[in-house]
Amino acid sequence: MELTKGTELPSKTFTITRADLVRYAGASGDFNVIHWNERVATEVGLPNVIAHGMLTMGLSINVVTDWLDDPVRLLSYGCRFTRPVVVPDDDRGAELVVTASVSEVSDGQAVIGIRAECDGVTVLGKATATVRLD
Amino acid sequence: MALNPEFVGRSYPPAPAYVVGREKVREFARAVQASDPVHFDVDVARSRGYSDIVAPPTYAIRLSMAAAEAVVMDADLGLDYTRVVHGDQRFEYARPIVAGDELVCTVTIDGIRAAAGNDILTTRADIATVTGEHVVTSYSVLVARGTDGGGE
Repeated sequence: MELTKGTELPSKTFTITRADLVRYAGASGDFNVIHWNERVATEVGLPNVIAHGMLTMGLSINVVTDWLDDPVRLLSYGCRFTRPVVVPDDDRGAELVVTASVSEVSDGQAVIGIRAECDGVTVLGKATATVRLD
Repeated sequence: MALNPEFVGRSYPPAPAYVVGREKVREFARAVQASDPVHFDVDVARSRGYSDIVAPPTYAIRLSMAAAEAVVMDADLGLDYTRVVHGDQRFEYARPIVAGDELVCTVTIDGIRAAAGNDILTTRADIATVTGEHVVTSYSVLVARGTDGGGE
């Protein structure tokens, strides 16, 4: 795999609706009410129901795994959950735009910086994946 | 409330083995909109050298969060679980999880600190097969919020 620092990976846009939150809750076993119940979410001070941080993290890594030809090449993946993705109760949902670029290449490995944005605001902090290139 | 720093280094015994089911992997892959057929099609997975379909990278959270509940609910530690948010997450992979894996997860408290009125707990979940092969380590930072703070 030939790549250098600054190489951009193909970006992706994901739609997150309330139905997607319910689907993720079931698939992950995370039934925290703030991810599906507007009454509870607003009672604890959130603007509305928010997406699971792990759903945002799980969606975002697709940009890297779709670009890699084999999941075994992913060595590490981490991020900070800096801002909530608010998911309105409508048919449009929230839109997550994920871009990524190579920030370092050394010893047959590359470090990829991932940017996940919702309404132009970064929602994951320091999202980074390390991949094996050989 | 400040957490007891003596809990750093404490490990919690693993729950009974978690058997990774094919349909669970497919369900999770659909939920995170993973499109690679290696997550859905056994023949594709086998042709690429895997014993069965491959779980997406964040699937490990199923095991590590369930195991971390033992920590969060430990009354002696004194974490106010109603105020806990997930602040930070990192996975280090030895290999991907595949359907059919029988996994055990051991959680250890790596760090306890207080910052800006929040209690911050760092946990490490070592996920291995029942025969002792290390598969993935999951590091989670859990934040018990004081009056305000970030997360999710």
